[in-house]
Amino acid sequence: MTVLQHVLIVLGVLFVLLNIAAGLIWVERRMLAMWQERLGPNRAGPFGILIVLADTLKLFFKEDWIPPFADKWIFITAPAIVVASVLMGFVIIPFTPTIIVADLNVGLLFFLAMSSLGVYSIVLGGWASNNKYSLLGALRGASQMIAYEVFMGLSLMGVVMMTGSFKLSDIVMAQKNMWFIVTQPLGAIIFFIAGIAETHRLPFDIPEAESELIAGYHAEYSGMKFGMFFIGEYLGITLISAMMATMFFGGYLGPAFLPPWAWFFLKTFAFILFFILLRASLPRPRYDQLMETGWKVLLPLVLLNILVTGAVLLWLKG
Amino acid sequence: MFSHLRTIWLTFLHLFKKKVTIEYPEEKVKLRPRWRGRIVLTKDPDGDERCVGCYLCAAACPVDCIALQATEDENGRRYPEFFRINFSRCIFCGYCEEACPTYAIQLIPDFEMGEYKRQNLVFEKEDLLIDSEGKYPGYNYYKVAGIAAGVKAKGGGETEEAPVDIHSLLP
Repeated sequence: MTVLQHVLIVLGVLFVLLNIAAGLIWVERRMLAMWQERLGPNRAGPFGILIVLADTLKLFFKEDWIPPFADKWIFITAPAIVVASVLMGFVIIPFTPTIIVADLNVGLLFFLAMSSLGVYSIVLGGWASNNKYSLLGALRGASQMIAYEVFMGLSLMGVVMMTGSFKLSDIVMAQKNMWFIVTQPLGAIIFFIAGIAETHRLPFDIPEAESELIAGYHAEYSGMKFGMFFIGEYLGITLISAMMATMFFGGYLGPAFLPPWAWFFLKTFAFILFFILLRASLPRPRYDQLMETGWKVLLPLVLLNILVTGAVLLWLKG
Repeated sequence: MFSHLRTIWLTFLHLFKKKVTIEYPEEKVKLRPRWRGRIVLTKDPDGDERCVGCYLCAAACPVDCIALQATEDENGRRYPEFFRINFSRCIFCGYCEEACPTYAIQLIPDFEMGEYKRQNLVFEKEDLLIDSEGKYPGYNYYKVAGIAAGVKAKGGGETEEAPVDIHSLLP
């Protein structure tokens, strides 16, 4: 692969991802409306898709206000961190056999590292805002992310044990005969739950919790800085959905009547829609309930999953 | 756990249900006859103004959006010299309609009265008057009132008897 090709791939992936993240504004609002027996935004452009443009323009023209009591530089940096760290997470995802930015041999670890970096944006944003609601949101965000990161990593270990590699292209190829959702159902479910908590989406939007904390960690943000948190959230959804498709649903593999990228896109999109469906249907748990489920139910379950996977692998070998 | 899955499934099924949204400018909202919308001043069956300028609507109005000045014509019939409703203040509570003793002021099922200039929301008498009897057809205040104001002769009202001739001894 030449340098030019590589740069093209990077730019192409960036372009498509940012557009998908922006387009998700429209998808989410339309789908949420459909599930609430409404129509949703359908006026601007065909099917209302230009609402994305309208929303972005609106965000650009909003007053970009930094509170005088805020810690200015950290306040500005925080929204950039979430977008940057999530975009870095996409580096290791194989979109097709050839379109992959960097097929690292520690790919999965890199993904976990990047997704845990995202918590800094919440903590720094909430802390720099110098506002008690923001700080409460940030505190919740930090403890939620730490709790759910632990078994997010552990839930993927079953897959890694079966593949024997952290490289994502190896993991995809190992699913040629059987998707890992069949052999690792518990791991998949727990990874998805942890993924929801990691992207702090509803029903686990505890750091944001608009009914209790106004807007939580980004209560003081306006204009495009708020837009960055927004885009970061949608990118996070896309990342978790893409990981779900790659790790458990065969990634770009699929019958040959569709090209690999189309299979990857379809699988990812299905999970994105499921994210939105969850938002439409489930209420937010209380903060302590979230922590309790995390530490007392999901962590033991995921450890059990690793134990059983290991035992079965040993039994099959010997 | 099962109830969560059931919730998700039931929410998903809503995708195929009929949507409740009314796409307004293309599809009009169905308004009931007693819907409280734009305020009008109605006329009696003879085509004269019903309003007698009693100020009760202005007194009942909780936001003080009604202003009027009563006057009399040569027959002694009262009518408003001007009648002004500021619709940028009006809350469409309908108290003026309830207060009106002559069924003159009425709220009709119409809400499409948006304007670009706020001053255009101040409606004068000629904007408010309609050539209709509104919700009470056939009602003419001066035909049931005890006062003669050029509409009927003394004792010529709908519920009145002719005046007694006090100089006559006949029963």
